Formats: sequence, structure tokens, C-alpha cells
Amino acid sequence: MSHAAVATHDHDHDHKPKGFVKRWLMTTNHKDIGTLYLIFALTMFIFGGALAMIIRLELFQPGLQFVQPDFFNQLTTMHALIMVFGAVMPAFVGFANWMIPIMIGAPDMALPRMNNWSFWILPFAFTMLASTFFMDGGAPAAGWTLYPPLVLQGGQNLAYAVFAIHMLGISSIMGAINVIATIMNMRAPNMGYLKMPLFVWTWLITAFLLIAVMPVFAGAVTMLLTDHYFGTSFFNAAGGGDPVLFQHIFWFFGHPEVYIMILPSFGIFSEIIPTFARKPLFGYVSMVYASAAIAFLSFIVWAHHMFSVGMPFGGELYFMYATMLISIPTGVKVFNWVSTMWKGAMTFETPMLWAIAFVILFTIGGFSGLMMAIAPVDFQYHDTYFIVAHFHYVLVSGSVFAIIAGVYYWIPKWTGNMYSERLGKIHFWWSAISINVLFFPQHFLGLAGMPRRIPDYSTQFAEFNMWSSIGGFAFGLAQIFFIIIVIRTIKGKGTTKATDRVWEGAKGLEWFIPSPAPHHTFQDGEAVKDEQLAHVSTH
Amino acid sequence: MSNTSNDQYYVPHLARWPIVGSIGMTLTAVGAATFMNSETATTPVLMYLGFAVIIFMVFGWFAEVIKESENNVYNAQVDTSFRMGMVWFIFSEVMFFACFFGALWYVRNMSVPWLGGEGTGLFTNSELWAGYEGVWPTNGPGDIGGKFELIDPYHLPLVNTILLMASSITLTIAHHALVDGARKKVIGWLIATVVLGAAFLFFQVEEYIEAYQHLDLTLRSGIYGSTFFMLTGFHGMHVTLGAIMLTVITIRMIRGHFKPESHFGFEAVAWYWHFVDVVWLGLFIFVYII
Amino acid sequence: MNKTIKSCKLSREGFLFTIFSLLFFSSAHAEYGLNLTKGVTEFSNEVYGLHMIVFWICLVIAVLVFGAMIYSMIMHRKSRGVTAAQFSHSTKAEIIWTVIPIIILIVVAFPSTEALINMESPTDPDGERITMDMTIKVTGYQWKWKYDYLDEGISFLSTLSSESNIARQLGSGINPEDVDNYLLDVDNPLVIPVDTNIRILLTADDVIHSWWVPAFGWKRDAIPGFVNEAWTNVKKVGTYRGQCAELCGKDHGFMPIVVIVKSKEDYANWVNDQKGQQVVAEIKNNSEWTQNDLINKGKEVYNSQCALCHQASGQGMPPAFPALDGSVIVNGSIDEQIKTVVFGKEGTAMESFGGKLSESDIAAAITYTRNAWSNTAKDAVQPQDVKRIKNS
Ligand code: HEA
Ligand code: HEA
Ligand code: HEC
Ligand code: CUA
Ligand SMILES: [Cu+2]
Repeated sequence: MSHAAVATHDHDHDHKPKGFVKRWLMTTNHKDIGTLYLIFALTMFIFGGALAMIIRLELFQPGLQFVQPDFFNQLTTMHALIMVFGAVMPAFVGFANWMIPIMIGAPDMALPRMNNWSFWILPFAFTMLASTFFMDGGAPAAGWTLYPPLVLQGGQNLAYAVFAIHMLGISSIMGAINVIATIMNMRAPNMGYLKMPLFVWTWLITAFLLIAVMPVFAGAVTMLLTDHYFGTSFFNAAGGGDPVLFQHIFWFFGHPEVYIMILPSFGIFSEIIPTFARKPLFGYVSMVYASAAIAFLSFIVWAHHMFSVGMPFGGELYFMYATMLISIPTGVKVFNWVSTMWKGAMTFETPMLWAIAFVILFTIGGFSGLMMAIAPVDFQYHDTYFIVAHFHYVLVSGSVFAIIAGVYYWIPKWTGNMYSERLGKIHFWWSAISINVLFFPQHFLGLAGMPRRIPDYSTQFAEFNMWSSIGGFAFGLAQIFFIIIVIRTIKGKGTTKATDRVWEGAKGLEWFIPSPAPHHTFQDGEAVKDEQLAHVSTH
Repeated sequence: MSNTSNDQYYVPHLARWPIVGSIGMTLTAVGAATFMNSETATTPVLMYLGFAVIIFMVFGWFAEVIKESENNVYNAQVDTSFRMGMVWFIFSEVMFFACFFGALWYVRNMSVPWLGGEGTGLFTNSELWAGYEGVWPTNGPGDIGGKFELIDPYHLPLVNTILLMASSITLTIAHHALVDGARKKVIGWLIATVVLGAAFLFFQVEEYIEAYQHLDLTLRSGIYGSTFFMLTGFHGMHVTLGAIMLTVITIRMIRGHFKPESHFGFEAVAWYWHFVDVVWLGLFIFVYII
Repeated sequence: MNKTIKSCKLSREGFLFTIFSLLFFSSAHAEYGLNLTKGVTEFSNEVYGLHMIVFWICLVIAVLVFGAMIYSMIMHRKSRGVTAAQFSHSTKAEIIWTVIPIIILIVVAFPSTEALINMESPTDPDGERITMDMTIKVTGYQWKWKYDYLDEGISFLSTLSSESNIARQLGSGINPEDVDNYLLDVDNPLVIPVDTNIRILLTADDVIHSWWVPAFGWKRDAIPGFVNEAWTNVKKVGTYRGQCAELCGKDHGFMPIVVIVKSKEDYANWVNDQKGQQVVAEIKNNSEWTQNDLINKGKEVYNSQCALCHQASGQGMPPAFPALDGSVIVNGSIDEQIKTVVFGKEGTAMESFGGKLSESDIAAAITYTRNAWSNTAKDAVQPQDVKRIKNS
């Protein structure tokens, strides 16, 4: 066995293992594993998106045209599970794998073999989860929140879904441990904590969230399993349990989970915006503190998803206040991004366009979140399309936009090819417009009284649903366009060669290595120089 | 493998075992799920096969790591990565148990009192469960699982507490001996630790048999049975795992592994064992006594 | 450096973007049914007010933040030849934009707290806790509601109206536009008096449901094994519609709520009427029916209660829901079928109807199924038969 980091002394940087199995199935290389994660996430995004397209098709007009109600519920449930655990989270882990070692000057992730395992659990887990579609009784149909007792009525799928979630949890925890060990232990000399790029910071915080909440989720679904198959009474009042107990545990996981999906996105945009504003990130230190504050608060606000379950009055008050607080650190972030643009010298390449759309659309999503934090008003919003609009604004134009923007931003570094700026811009405008046609009308639907998770609706909701569906199809098609752009860039069709620095205003270690990034980048012991870094926080 | 490599962070080239592990995991999961759903199957064959694959994987993987370790491939920085890995893994386990302790707290302080008519539960009690008192221990207003008796905390559980505490002490003695380079002593105290762990498990099994056969206390005994068996059951599984890991490091000691100044494998197992121990203290107090 | 990237395009794009987002924002408060309902209770008005306050605050912040951003996008473009400033922090600015939002939130917290108090422990102008004039217990079933007037002893089930139910089947060929109040109509609406403090107790039989009438300004979950408490006082006579708002399985979208609010006199009449009808029902249960009457009544009952699963066509949705057309049980022994319907089938969706429908309704529904479609039993089941089995 030869020694990777040592090998960089005398061989060329680019020696990859030969053969498909060795290169991909047994890889320990953070870049290859990152690539695997990204490809997997894209596949799952298409899968989850395809389910969403059937949902939008059925909701195109009132009356049932295509699917039975039960199947509709399966679609909603699986759409969410796949998007959350299959698309968004793995995509961010992909970015973490690719970028963190390069950004902090590490030879690889701290625990490379475990890194491989973290990834290779996913395809198996999702195959198992997706196979429930073909079982008696179909896929899970109780919503991604898996509330009992409804979820216990499902057919065979429960055991498969629970075990799939256990596997996802193991994968996420191992991935998070790896990120923490890498960031805390593998930074190059002179890479102090307060010199780390913000993406690295947000991922460090995200990793803590993951380790803290994934086991809790695993515990919750384990209780579902035993309630269903072994006669325990956790969620059964007759035995002294309580269905609402599940909701508390689920949201203790679930709320941090949504920040797990947004913090890395904050990180990515905090890299992109300074680059194209040609100005240092405004308020670097407060960005770090704000991320930490958001993470901390995320543990103590969970029951804002449960205002209507009939909590004691004091609980409702407390969770209302605590939830409102999250707006403060998030506001700090938004203001800092705007201030970074302020008096910069901005250019508007594709990644920057997504960043600008993100700031606007995420803030809109955040505002609807704040409205829902007001408990007495949430009695009205809860479980309506207003909620659906809220979380797609933060998840699609928050997390998914970050993933797309990150791909445009770093793909020249990954492949050595510049994507086509013209196509990228078309993709952006097409998506940015259609996503608003898709999700904005859902605010009106919710306010007008349309509940979520229904396959059919009364005729007064017809018009906005039609708009939403049209926007949905358009947004879906735009993503086909994205796939084409990515493939063309990888293949180098209609593209130019990327320079090492790629972007005029880019700062940070990753821009000092060749494009494409060699298979092995840094060897340890090499100190980084302050002038290579984006943030050298000196007050 | 070059011997000068020790100043470099070791990055392995290939990982053979993860994919085996994933296959093992999937077999286990699919095997267990089909078994649980089946009305006729009596042995989860596929699940056992999955376990076998996982065990194979663990041994293969660890053998590789141990070999590398004994060949001094790892430098201090790698060691730190391993330590961080173990610490954060244990933290994730803490959160897993926290989930069940949280559930116990909730049912005792919220749901059971509500069912009994306290606070906001006034109408719950009068409309649905009239006559139910809501005092712990309980199997709920529906008397799920029928009447049951409790395990006396001051017999077997107390013995078990003492056993586990003692095992933590013996393990710590072994650790100090290792740092002092007294290998014989280490092995002796490690064996003592394993024996104490095994004794704990033996009594735990005794207790379960007693509960099922004489006390009518089962997993199905309402919320009391549910929380009791899930908490002690998961703890028991962790003790089993810990005992196996202790056995492995004992064997490694006998084979001459570990050095006074570097013995991460030993320490990892020790941390894990202390963690299991602390969980037991929590169980003893919150499940058995209070 | 990458030279392919030009930056002069933005002014047009940025402009479009501005227009676009403003357009959406301005329509957010337009009149026609786009906004939250003002409702017909005091609480719903408070909620509406709060909703608007927070909305306007958000809008103002949005205009400021997006305005600053757009200004900077226009003025601080590289293509205008500017050079980037290099400042990277300003403690003063950061304190300002931390403190101002905190103040805004504190200001919002006051009316929110007040509204919550009004909902959860309402007091009258003298600060006394208000008393409830009557209590209704609402029970959620998959997929219908049951209303018990605890003081009057009135009790009935409320299910999606058969007209909607038939139209909503996959491929029914009926245009929902042609159905009045499609999916928002029930057979037996809840009737309550105006200007009355009504305590509503919520629970469920099987899974969690949520009882929601937007015009009342709140929703509350109905949780099996627990009773939740809520209250309302409707200020305006009228008919108000809502839906179940917690995913409760296959027909979650098809368990609407209709509340008719009557003047106090009308309500009193209605109560008398109901009590009268209960007497009539008792008589019906005790009398002999003609087969024809049974079939006619039975069709009605069947379509509202049974067609959800077994379909109006009697074909069911195998394998989950068996066809009754051609079923062995439906064409076989009467007692067997009565047992199935009265006691249900343990462990399946076939619930027990013994406690939910009157004996005459059960007899009618069974008679109907035994005479409908291609079924050959062609006999009649009398309420007394049902009673006999029930008591056996
Ligand atoms: C990435 C994911 C993400 C993010 C970031 C958020 C962010 C927030 N969410 Fe959201 N949320 C979800 C994903 C997310 N949410 C999902 C998936 C659900 C539904 C789950 C389900 O039921 O299936 C949900 C549901 C949900 C609910 C439950 C609603 C219900 O079911 O009844 C609530 C209630 O309080 C809520 C609140 C918030 C708040 C206050 C924030 C805040 O973090 C937002 C903060 C941001 C801003 C406020 C904007 C920027 C700030 C400024 C410009 C500063 C100045 C502003 C002021 C002081 C006003 N969310
Ligand atoms: C990260 C998470 C994420 C993402 C990215 C999305 C993306 C989308 N979601 Fe998702 N959604 C959730 C998370 C997410 N959603 C969650 C948590 C719920 C709640 C579930 C519950 O209630 O339990 C939900 C629920 C939900 C609903 C409500 C369902 C209901 O209440 O019954 C709807 C309805 O419109 C919807 C639509 C969409 C659409 C149109 C997209 C689009 O953005 C998708 C676009 C992507 C593609 C389309 C794929 C790529 C392109 C192709 C495959 C080409 C083919 C395209 C065509 C043929 C046009 N989602
Ligand atoms: C919520 C769904 C549901 C509703 C409503 C329902 N049923 Fe059923 N019914 C079922 C299911 C499921 C079965 C199959 C039970 C089994 O597997 O044995 C069934 C079985 C039956 C059978 C036995 C048929 C056979 O061939 O096995 C009869 C008769 C029947 N139902 C009559 C009725 C009548 C009459 C009503 C209305 C008063 C009704 N059902 C309402 C779900 C329902
Ligand atoms: Cu009942 Cu949804
Ligand atoms: Cu939340």
C-alpha cells in the first residue's frame, strides 16, 4: 500500500486509482466522494422532483384526475423524505467533502475510510425506502413528519422506512463526525479558526447539529417500530403514552434539521457574495456568532410546529417568544450580505445572480416564518398551504438555490471547464421567475383556507392551484436545463478552460490550486499565507 | 509502506470494507423488516446473514487498522482524529439515550398526569378515562398488558449497579497500569472488568426472566413496560457491545499490542465503557428508584 | 482572470427583478379572497389584525433591505467604473440592526400575548374568566365528525355530502364546478346559536384530526385518547365552512366541517326539532318498513356512509376495500351481514357502525346493498333484526 500524502512528494498530483470499482466503490479521496455525493443528490432531486410533478399534476384542477388519494399521500410523504434526506442533505455533504479540505489546506478528510462508508450507505438506504412503493399497502403515507397513530396504520412499509431512516442517520452522523474531526484537527498551520472561510464555519456548526439530533430522530422512529410491531405504548393513550410525545421528539429533531439544511447554504452564499462584490465579507465575526446563535436557538423552539396540539398556555407563550428570536441572528446575516454588496464593485455572473435571488426569496420565506411564529395567528396558518409556501421559499430558494449556485461557483474548479455563462443565465431567469409562479400563489391559497396534504380541493382554490402547477412544470423543466449545463461543462462542450483563480474577486485557498483541482491537493505541514485567505480577521 | 511516513497524515488509498458493511447493514435491515412483517417466518435468516456480514466487516476493517497502527503508520495527528471520532460518536449515543429518557420524563410528568385529570387534562379524564388515577407506575387507563409487579431496585439492580461501578474502577486501574507499562497487571484487571461486565449481563437476563415469568412485567405492560424495557434493553445491548470490545482489547493486550504512550484503541473502549456506566446510573435512579 | 464575464447587463435584469418582486408584494394584500379571512368572532378579528401588523412590518423591512440591495446593485456595479471599498465591519451598524429588530419584536410580542390570552383563558371586561354557556364534544373519525351536545343529549355524525362524494371519485366524470360547495358540504351540519360562549371539546377515535373553521379564527387538534379544549363565540348568523386540517389518512381531504349559526330562537327550535326527530327515529326503529322504503332510505345512507370505501358502484377498491356487488356476505345470511356492519371487522378499516347509525339506517343500508347492483338476495332487513343482533 503506498502512501497517498507521501506520494505527492515525488509523483504527479493526479494519480487516481484505476478501474471503476477501485476508483468509485472503494475510494477514500475526498473529491471523489464529494462527486459521488453530488451525483447521488442530483439523482434524488430528480426523483423527488418527479414525485412533486405528479403532485402538481393532480392539483392542476379540482377533482381527482390521476391518482387515488392514498397514493397522493404516499407521493407527498416520499417527495419530502427524498428531497430532504436524499437531495439537499447529501448535496451539502458533497460540497463539504469537496471544499472543506481544500479550503483549510488539509490533505483529505480526517477519516477517509469512514467517509467512504458514509456515502455508500445512502444508495442502499434509499433503494430500500423507494422499494416500499411496490409493497402491499404502498409507501409511507403519513407525511414526512410520520405522526402516529396514522403512520402505524401503514402496511408493511413502516419497518422498511424506519430502518432506512436508521441507516440515513448512521450515514449523517459519520459524515458529521468526519467534518468536525477534519475542521478541528486538519487545518493547515496558520489557518486559525477565525481565518476559516464561512462555509467551513457553517458546516462545523451544522455537523454539531447533526450529531445532536439524528440520534434523537432514530430513537423516535424506533419507538414507532416497537409500538407497531412489539406492542409498546409510547404513543397510545390507553397505555399511558401520548401521540403528541412523538411530535415533541420529532420536532426536537425536525427544527434543527431545517437549519441543517440552511446553514451550509448561508455558508456558500457568504463565499459567493464577497467574490462578486469584490469586497471582504461584511461582519465576518458576527456572521460566525449569528450562525452559532441560530444553531443554539434551533434546539429550543421546536414546538412552534405544534401550536394547535393544545399545549399548556405557558408552553405556547414560551415557544412563540423563542421562535421570534431566531429572526435576530438571521437578520444579522441578511444585513451583512447586503452590506457586503454595498459600495462593492459588483458583477453579475451566474452564481451571483442566484445569490441575489436567494437573499430576496429567502427573506420572504423567513418573513412568513416569523408570521407563523406568532402563535395565535399560527392557529390559522397551521397545516395550510401558507406553510407549504413558507418552507419551499426557504428550502428551494434557500437550500436548493445554494446548491445550484455553489455548483456554478465551483464547477470550474472541479472540472477545469468554465460553464456557459449564457446558458447559466437562462437557467437562472427561467428558474427565478417560475419558482415564484410556483410558490407565491400558495400563500394566497393558504390564507384563503386550503389545507395541505389534500389531493383535491374545493373550486374556489382552482385558479391559484393552476398557476402553481404551471410554475411547477416550468421550474422542473428549468432543472432539466441545469442537468444539461452540468453535463456539458463536465465534458467541456461549448466551454472555455477555467483559470486557476476563475473569478476576478475570488479569495481563499481553493483558488490557489490548479483547475481542475488535482486528485491530491495539499500535503500537511504546509503553512497557508494570510494573503491567500479571504478572511484574516483583524479588528 | 514507508517508515518515514510517520510525519505525514496517513491517508489510506482504498477502503474495501465500507461497501461490505453497507451490504451487511442492508441485509440486516431487509431481513428484520421482512421478518417483522411476516406472519409465518420463524427465524430471520436474512437478518442473521446480515449480522454475519457486519461482523466479518468489523473484524476485517479493524484488523487493517490495527495492523497499520502496530506498524506505526499513524502519527499523533491521526490519533487525534480517531479520538475526536470516538468522542463525538459517544456524544451521539448520549443523544440517543436522551431521547428515551426524555420520553420517560414526558410520560411521567405530562401525559400520565393529564390522563389522570391534572391541569389541562380535566376533560380528558372525565370524558374518556373516568376513574383513572394517573399515578406512576402505570400501564395506562386501558390497563394495557394487564396487572404487573415491579422489580425491587434494591436487589438485582443494586447488585448490578455495584458490579458496573466496580468494573469502571478495575478498568481505570488497568489503564493506569498500561501507562506505567505493567502489562501483566493490565491484563489481569482487564479480565476482571470483562468478568464484571459479563456478570452484569447475566443478572440483567435473570431480571428479565423474572419480570416476564413472575411479575407479568413485559414490553407490552403499557407505558411502564415500554419505557422500562426500551431503556434497559438498549443499555443492555450497549453493555454487550462494550464487553465484546473489552474482550478484544484484552486479547490485543495479550498479543502485545498497545504502548504506554499510545493506545488509542484501549482508551476508546474505556471511554465507551464509562459512558455505558453513566447511563446505567441514570437508569438506576430514574427507572428503578424514582 | 476570466474575461468572458461581462457585467453590464444588470441594469435591465435588476430592473425586471425589482418590478417582479414588488408586483408580488403589492398583490399580497389585495382584496379578493387573497388574504386571511376576518372571520366572525372577536378572536378571529384580533388574529386578522395581528396578521396584518406583522405583514406590514415585514413589508417595510423588505422594502428597506431590498431597496438598499437594489440601489447598491445599480450604483455599485463594476461596469460603472467604481472601485470596491474595502471596509469589512462596523460595530455601530451591527448594533443598530440587532437592536432595532429586537425592539420591533418586543412591540409585536405584546398584542400577540394578549391574543393568546384571549384564546386560552378568556376574561370579560371586568377581568373575570368568562363562563361557557354550552358544551359540544367533537370527535374525529376516519373520515367523519361526530358532534355530541353534552347538555341537550343530541348527537349525530357529519359526513361529506353524497353529491360531493360521488363527484370526487377518481374518474367520476362529474365536473366539480357543477357541484354546490364541492367538498365543503356535509349531510348533517353542526348547528350552534349566535352570541353564545361555546366550549368545544375535541377528541378522536382513531388518528389525529384537526377541527378548523377559518371564520372562527382557530384550529385545534383532535387527538385520540386525549380531550382538547377550545371555545368560540360567533357574532354573526350564517353558514361557515371548514375542513379537517391534520393528515388523517386516505380521505383526509374529504372530511369537511359545516357550521350553521342560528339566532337563539331558531336554535331553540332546531333543538326541539332534533329531540322530536329522535322520538321519530325511535318509532322508526320499532316499526316494520316496506322493502321499498328501506331501499330508498338505504341508498341515501349507503352513499353517505359506505360509499367512501365500497364506492357508489358497489365495486369497492380491492384489495383494500372489498366489492359489495357480488360479495358472498351480502348475498348470504342476513345475520352475518348485520354483524359485519354493526360490529365491524377488527383490524380492518371496516368500522363498527352499531354506535354511529340508528338501527333503521343500518337496516336500510343493508337492505339496499342486498337489492342493489347484481346482488341477488332481494330481501328486506328490519330495524328489529339489527336490534336483535346488537343485543345478542
Ligand atoms: C431551510 C428551512 C427552514 C428555515 C430556514 C426556516 C426558518 C424559519 N421558520 Fe420554518 N419551516 C420549515 C423550514 C424552514 N423554516 C419547514 C420544512 C416547515 C414545515 C414542516 C412541516 O410541517 O412539514 C416549517 C414550518 C415552520 C413553522 C410551523 C408552522 C406550522 O406548521 O404551523 C414555524 C412557526 O413558527 C416556522 C417558523 C420559522 C421561523 C421563525 C424561521 C426563521 O428562521 C426565519 C428567520 C428569517 C427572517 C425573519 C428573515 C430575515 C430577517 C430580517 C431581514 C431581519 C429583520 C426582521 C424582523 C425582525 C422582522 N417554520
Ligand atoms: C428540500 C426539500 C424540498 C424541495 C427541494 C421541494 C421541491 C418541490 N416541492 Fe416540496 N415538499 C417538501 C420539501 C421539498 N420540496 C416538504 C418537506 C414537503 C411536506 C411534505 C409533507 O407534507 O409531509 C413538501 C410538500 C410539497 C407539496 C405539498 C403537498 C401536499 O401538501 O399534499 C407540494 C405541492 O405543490 C410540493 C411541490 C414541490 C415542487 C413543485 C418542488 C420543485 O421545486 C421540484 C423541482 C424539481 C424537479 C421537477 C426535478 C428536476 C427535473 C426533472 C425531473 C425533469 C422532469 C420535469 C418535468 C417533466 C416538468 N412539495
Ligand atoms: C372506512 C372504510 C369503510 C366504510 C366506511 C365501510 N366499510 Fe364495509 N368494509 C370495509 C373493509 C376494509 C372491509 C373488508 C374487511 C375484511 O377485510 O374482512 C369491509 C367489509 C364489508 C362487508 C363484508 C364484505 C365481504 O365480502 O367481505 C360488508 C357487507 C360491508 N363492509 C358493508 C358496509 C356497509 C353497509 C357500510 C356502511 C354502513 C360499510 N361497509 C362502510 C371498509 C369500510
Ligand atoms: Cu381528519 Cu384529516
Ligand atoms: Cu421549525
